[in-house]
Amino acid sequence: MSRTVLSALFSYWRRHLFQLGALIIGLALATALWAAVQAVNAQARASYAKAESYLAQAEQRSLSATTAPMRVADYVRLKRLGWKLSPVLQGRWRNSIQNLDIIGIDPLTSLQVPGQTPPSSAGGETPLLLALLQPPGGMIMHPETAGMFGSGYDAGFGHLQIIRSEAVPVGLAVVDISLASRLLGSAEQLTRLVLLEDVPLDREKLVQLPAHIQLASMAEAQVDPGSLTESFHLNLTAFGFLSFAVGLFIVQGMITLAMEQRRNMFRTLRCLGVPFVSLLGLLAVEMGVIAFISASIGLIIGHFIAIALLPGVSITLASLYGAQVEHGLSLRANWILSGLAMSFLGTALASAQSFYSLWKLPILLAPSTQARGQQLAGRYGAWALAGLALLAAGSIALMTYGGLLGGFVFLGGLMLGAALMLPFCLWQVLHLGQSLARGALAQWLWADARAQLPGLSLALMALMLALATNIGVGTMVSSFRLTFSDWMDQRLSAELYVTAQDDDQGAALQIWLEGQGHRVLPIRSHELQRQSGPLRIYGVRDDATYRENWPMLEARDAVWDKIAMGAGLLVSEQLARRENLRLGDHLPLPDGWPGEILGIYSDYGNPQGQAITSLAKLLDNAPGAPNRRFGIRLPVEEVPDLINVLMQEFDLKRENLVQQSLVKSRSMAVFNQTFLVTDALKLLTLGVASFAIFTSLVSLWSQRLPQLGPVWAMGVSRRVLALLDILRSLLMAALTALLALPLGLILSWALLDVINTEAFGWRLPMYMFPFDWLRLVLLSLLAAFVAALIPAWHLFRLHPHELLKVFSSER
Amino acid sequence: MVLKLKEVTKVIAQSDLERPILDQVSLSLAAGESLALTGESGSGKSTLLHLAGALDVFDSGEIYLDDQPLSDLSEAARAELRRTSVSVVFQQFNIIPSLDVAANIALHARLGNRHDAEWEAYLAERLGLSDLLHRFPEQLSGGQQQRVAIARALALRPKLLLADEPTGSLDEETGQAVLALMLELIRETHSALFLVTHSPTIASGLDRQLHLQGGRLR
Repeated sequence: MSRTVLSALFSYWRRHLFQLGALIIGLALATALWAAVQAVNAQARASYAKAESYLAQAEQRSLSATTAPMRVADYVRLKRLGWKLSPVLQGRWRNSIQNLDIIGIDPLTSLQVPGQTPPSSAGGETPLLLALLQPPGGMIMHPETAGMFGSGYDAGFGHLQIIRSEAVPVGLAVVDISLASRLLGSAEQLTRLVLLEDVPLDREKLVQLPAHIQLASMAEAQVDPGSLTESFHLNLTAFGFLSFAVGLFIVQGMITLAMEQRRNMFRTLRCLGVPFVSLLGLLAVEMGVIAFISASIGLIIGHFIAIALLPGVSITLASLYGAQVEHGLSLRANWILSGLAMSFLGTALASAQSFYSLWKLPILLAPSTQARGQQLAGRYGAWALAGLALLAAGSIALMTYGGLLGGFVFLGGLMLGAALMLPFCLWQVLHLGQSLARGALAQWLWADARAQLPGLSLALMALMLALATNIGVGTMVSSFRLTFSDWMDQRLSAELYVTAQDDDQGAALQIWLEGQGHRVLPIRSHELQRQSGPLRIYGVRDDATYRENWPMLEARDAVWDKIAMGAGLLVSEQLARRENLRLGDHLPLPDGWPGEILGIYSDYGNPQGQAITSLAKLLDNAPGAPNRRFGIRLPVEEVPDLINVLMQEFDLKRENLVQQSLVKSRSMAVFNQTFLVTDALKLLTLGVASFAIFTSLVSLWSQRLPQLGPVWAMGVSRRVLALLDILRSLLMAALTALLALPLGLILSWALLDVINTEAFGWRLPMYMFPFDWLRLVLLSLLAAFVAALIPAWHLFRLHPHELLKVFSSER
Repeated sequence: MVLKLKEVTKVIAQSDLERPILDQVSLSLAAGESLALTGESGSGKSTLLHLAGALDVFDSGEIYLDDQPLSDLSEAARAELRRTSVSVVFQQFNIIPSLDVAANIALHARLGNRHDAEWEAYLAERLGLSDLLHRFPEQLSGGQQQRVAIARALALRPKLLLADEPTGSLDEETGQAVLALMLELIRETHSALFLVTHSPTIASGLDRQLHLQGGRLR
């Protein structure tokens, strides 16, 4: 019996290949976008885990500084007292190719630290150690990172050899500690001292430690990249889920249609003695087979989408958080299983309503499709109320919990609630249109649009969600771009940026430039290790450039006078938000540093905390702060000449002299690259929604014949009917787009004010982009027009015989 | 007896009021026998047919199908009975649009594990469907679809064949010819035929006629 019933069930799909294709494509697309996002997340998390496990292995138990920097003298003193230690210097190395985190180790003592000296890909540790020790030194890095540096790097004081090792995480280089000291400009400084003896430290031993040094665990000393980027991955997951939900609308539409059209088959099979439970079970098997096929296709597509997205994600994570992700995508069981599970779960969700109505299906006479459509319309009021309840629940969650969780719950409630309210709103608008219409044909058009609403409402909900997402995310990104561009104009006010080869050359360069009458702005900084992570403090000169341009969010009166006097410091917005700092608060820093917060400034794209004090104060506390980078103020037309002169006078390479416009264009390029993933996902979502409209219109058009036949019989030509069909689709899409606009703006507000603040650590102003919205509305109208073309063409070419069937089949 | 109804009553709700659509109906039908049930629209003819086919439930009395009382049967047992012993030719044919004629004819017999390709081919030939076996229902006329429904019902060799206006969409002459063929075939299979019709002419061709009025048999 089962085989016969399954054969009858599948015979429907054989005769409705378009519907089957739409169902499989819809489910495959939904799965693909979800799986792609999960694959990207899994890849990134695997990279973080690798980095973390590497660092954890390398650091073991260590001593780190708290209130004052750890110096080489501290190390020497402890060694003399009998401590067995291996020194480490860690920091961010800024260079002309790619900024890298570097770990400087002492190759001789670090051999006793498991995992600290990674084996090279070529095998064996000896050549690798030799390379580290041979002057001027070598750098061990992951082959992917090494690819950017080629065979070596000219550091100004010599050609650094690059050694490849898979054991080192992407974006990190392991070097000899003396080389790290030169590259980081941190002479005489250390980040931590790894304990080489695995023995408990008794009180007697601990009292030998200087006051500013204490025993630290790995977790205390490091900010885990996974936790930093968690919000970004949550954002991606939310996007993947939204795309999945939009794809499910297609699936739901197709399953509902297939169930509707097979109601007579189900009744007949039951009349012929197929038990109800068997029928339901076999239908579940049918849906399971379709879900499995779709999931398989979706996972393959998802794999390719993930490969395409991964470089963009990698750049985003590197530029926003400094977290590195390997580019090569690995097949991982977790995202494959998650894709399969989502496909089955999605199919179950999308078919739940149909199964429920089948459960309620009487074995004998049942109401017609049209009558059920009217019943559905009667439920729009209840849907709208449920939507309002979801909106209220989301708002309460936002107000009660706040933060990322509250933000996402609010967004979920907002989007789902608005989708549920859409059919009711459209129904009311169409009703109003019908009552205001003059002329029989116009009234029929509005009434016809209303009659089609039950069949189209799911696809229109998908379109509204996709449009709102495009408007919301687009507004967020454009606001960010505008803010970022303004911010760069403020921050990058020097016309030329120069990097000297070393501190001596830097000093000579400064004297020479000032002798030429140029205003020189030294860019000098020092990194402090704090419990909450590293903090880079910059020292600035008292100059009009800062007073006039610095992107301050809030500040005390005469803030630059106070900074110049060394009375306090400015902190970046990220640092302020992360540590909940306000104006007037005191930032706990080692003795000698000014701690009072006098101002908070925006600092986009920087994952680490940053602060600014006067140059004099910086040099008081960190006299060895590197003196190699400068901003130079001069008339922009004099920049090319100065570049030539500096290259000749100081033997500087061209890459050491960067014009402001080049920095801006490079930064904007990184910015745009950062949002490529978002752009791709929102376009894919809109594409899926357009496909939903298309499949709905194509599938439903044959059901429309009873509606069209009588009008045709009354003298409205097929040509006019076809044109009206297109007009109706445009009308529905336009109304949906109008309703999507406010939803998109609320979404944008939530992203800018709630989600991004939590995710990135900065708040952005919201700008309006009406031309972008207009373009999106026109795009959705175009999608609706294209989607309506095929049914309209069918209608236009329809043989009168088909329309006459409407009457002959009415008994 | 293949079918026996004993004081069967069925009550339906209309505008919040309950009224008996069948009131204490009793009848019996033996193997090889044919019975026509006539009556006005809404008199309960189709309801009586559905009760006899174990498709619907009654409120009081008893129905015996092949000497089995239906009120004792579970939903699954009733489905089993429909799958193996009873065939129905519906007013609206109820053939499966996505199966071709051959698959439609074989459907019920396959479900009841009584598939017999030779018998199905014979039925198709007798009903003039041999050349249409690979066509789909949408490619058939109303009369052809009705003949497919009859062939499907007979392919099971049911003990009881129930037919609801089986010639309703055929002209008088074709209707008579199809009826004659049905009668011939049920005699061949030794089935009982219970037929509901509006037409006195069709009814007169069967062994017995009953008239339903106000829920009671006359």
